[in-house]
Amino acid sequence: MTVDRRTVRESATFPPSVIAEIQRAADQGIYDIRGFGGKRRLPNFDDLVFLGASTSRYPLEGYRERCDTSVTLGARHAKKPIELKIPITIAGMSFGALGAHAKEAIGRAATEMGTSTTTGDGGMTEEERNSSKTLVYQVLPSRYGMNPDDLRRCDAIEVVVGQGAKPGGGGMLLGQKITERVAEMRTLPVGIDQRSACRHPDWTGPDDLAIKIRELREITDWEKPIYVKVGATRTRYDVALAAKAGADVIVVDGMQGGTAATQDVFIEHVGIPTLPAVRLAVESLKELDLHREVQLIVSGGIRTGADVAKALALGADAVAIGSAAMLALGCNKPVHEEDYRAIGAEPGYCHHCHTGRCPVGITTQDPDLERRLPPEVGARHLRNYLTVMVLELQTLARACGKSHIHNLEPEDMVALTIEAAAMAGVPLAGTDWIPGRTAF
Amino acid sequence: MTVQDSITVDLAEVSVRDLNQRLHHLTDGGDADWQILNPRGQHAIAVGLMDPVQITIDGPVGYYCGGMNQNAQIVVNGHSGWGVAENIMSGVVRVRGNASESAAATGRAGLVVIEGDASSRCGVSMKGVDIVVGGSVGHMSGFLAQTGRMAVCGDAGADLGSSIYEAVIYVRGDVESLGADCIEKEMTDAHISELAELLTRAEVAADPSEFRRYGSARNLYHFKVDHADAY
Ligand code: SF4
Repeated sequence: MTVDRRTVRESATFPPSVIAEIQRAADQGIYDIRGFGGKRRLPNFDDLVFLGASTSRYPLEGYRERCDTSVTLGARHAKKPIELKIPITIAGMSFGALGAHAKEAIGRAATEMGTSTTTGDGGMTEEERNSSKTLVYQVLPSRYGMNPDDLRRCDAIEVVVGQGAKPGGGGMLLGQKITERVAEMRTLPVGIDQRSACRHPDWTGPDDLAIKIRELREITDWEKPIYVKVGATRTRYDVALAAKAGADVIVVDGMQGGTAATQDVFIEHVGIPTLPAVRLAVESLKELDLHREVQLIVSGGIRTGADVAKALALGADAVAIGSAAMLALGCNKPVHEEDYRAIGAEPGYCHHCHTGRCPVGITTQDPDLERRLPPEVGARHLRNYLTVMVLELQTLARACGKSHIHNLEPEDMVALTIEAAAMAGVPLAGTDWIPGRTAF
Repeated sequence: MTVQDSITVDLAEVSVRDLNQRLHHLTDGGDADWQILNPRGQHAIAVGLMDPVQITIDGPVGYYCGGMNQNAQIVVNGHSGWGVAENIMSGVVRVRGNASESAAATGRAGLVVIEGDASSRCGVSMKGVDIVVGGSVGHMSGFLAQTGRMAVCGDAGADLGSSIYEAVIYVRGDVESLGADCIEKEMTDAHISELAELLTRAEVAADPSEFRRYGSARNLYHFKVDHADAY
């Protein structure tokens, strides 16, 4: 007997994906651990639009008039601040999570574009130091591979308190990815599941953080800018405390931020989206009269030049991309489709970085898979993508009449939804209404 | 001792920043003894040193004294604050008094000696350092300890060696409780002689045969749901 498809009704509470997850949990007795970032729909930069110039403002000529994109980071206390040509940086991704080819490709592309890359949980590799002109060295709770020589040879230091995919959680690298080289860098046995610490071993709280930052400055003769990175949660307070602790730069990573491997429940249910996080961070810095003196980098779900322009218009000094950079390298590209299926994925839907069997050679330590990503090819793709983003950013800034991307301001935008208006603190399109601030 | 053999820096007059910069860019005094007076609990004294200098600090130090040390021999004639010798790479850091929390945290190599007691999380996340404590250690000492050795001549607080990896912990006195995945292991002759060598190097007098050895049961090396109640 055939079933009339019109008569079957999907449950909104228990759609097939929820049924599948309940039954997977029942079969396996362990939560789902995966890579990539949040997959649920969240209020985001798409919910904002720019008010291009017309009669009340005049635009700048595209291809003619200059729209500067340079950024200085870390001039608050560091003797050697960082100068970037573009306001798009590459977020921290560990060697271990990523293979050496991916790290090298990222370093080359960033260097050619005049921007920075960032190490990750696992220390600094020669490949990335040599290929990156400007390299940010992360001080993470695990302190894997931490050493003073790398502190001295990096260009900036980022104290990682948390990240958007898992604020309050530590990293996870499953045994299948712990090769001999990764194990040696982390001083751990080969092949074990490795859970990085979720809090720092030698400080707790903002007063200690201030002392920790002082120590790092002393070790590096006060040369390097010091960033503090937090996952977006209580952003107003976290940013204020990081600034008070002496950070030169604060990185706020929204809940869309990616990860190599974490519990799905963490990725989808902890933290706040990037959109409100930017506004909260900027307000916090303004309250302290430190906006622009302490630079703000935002990350988490940045995909296009439009996203960058909107983050900057809300008051960020720069953005960082992680997942998008991997996508540019070929993540989720429809090639080697059999290999996607072998790890239970499909191109376009893959979040299987945790398996170590990345079909396109990015998040793997397997030499055969890594060969699929020649560093020079990856670098070209990422450079192209960054170039497009910058062109998009400049196009939007010129349309708003700005000769420097930092002249973009919240008044250049309106929101398409009430929730985005409330979160970003810009009026709902066609109204003067900012929910929570002004009466409708 | 001639003038060249000994350099005295008074931290009542010179800033920690100036002292550290001098120690990082030694044009003189590379083989001299440095005498640091009036530390008065200041933080980050003698951090990031690279050269095999001898440093004696007369008085109590604040956080992170001797942090990330490479090659230097540092003696604190007093107590130390948090994270003494954190992430030490080589050389020796010796505290003649007590040490506060997270002593020798994440230390990679070298030797850290606390002649008095060490507070909680001594040797947290240690990655190859040798630690010898003349007195007792507080709770969660050896938490997430990866490799290296810690010898405690007194007692250990609760949750010793919680989530320990391949590090080895020797304790002479009582252990209040063991943390997740930490178990007592057999003390063989080889361990006794290894410990004897460590105690001698640390210049701490204790009979190695009176110690017991603790290490990882390695049950938590792979995540299995059956172990969920161990955390
Ligand atoms: S294609 Fe590779 S990098 Fe992309 S999600 Fe899949 S495993 Fe991860």
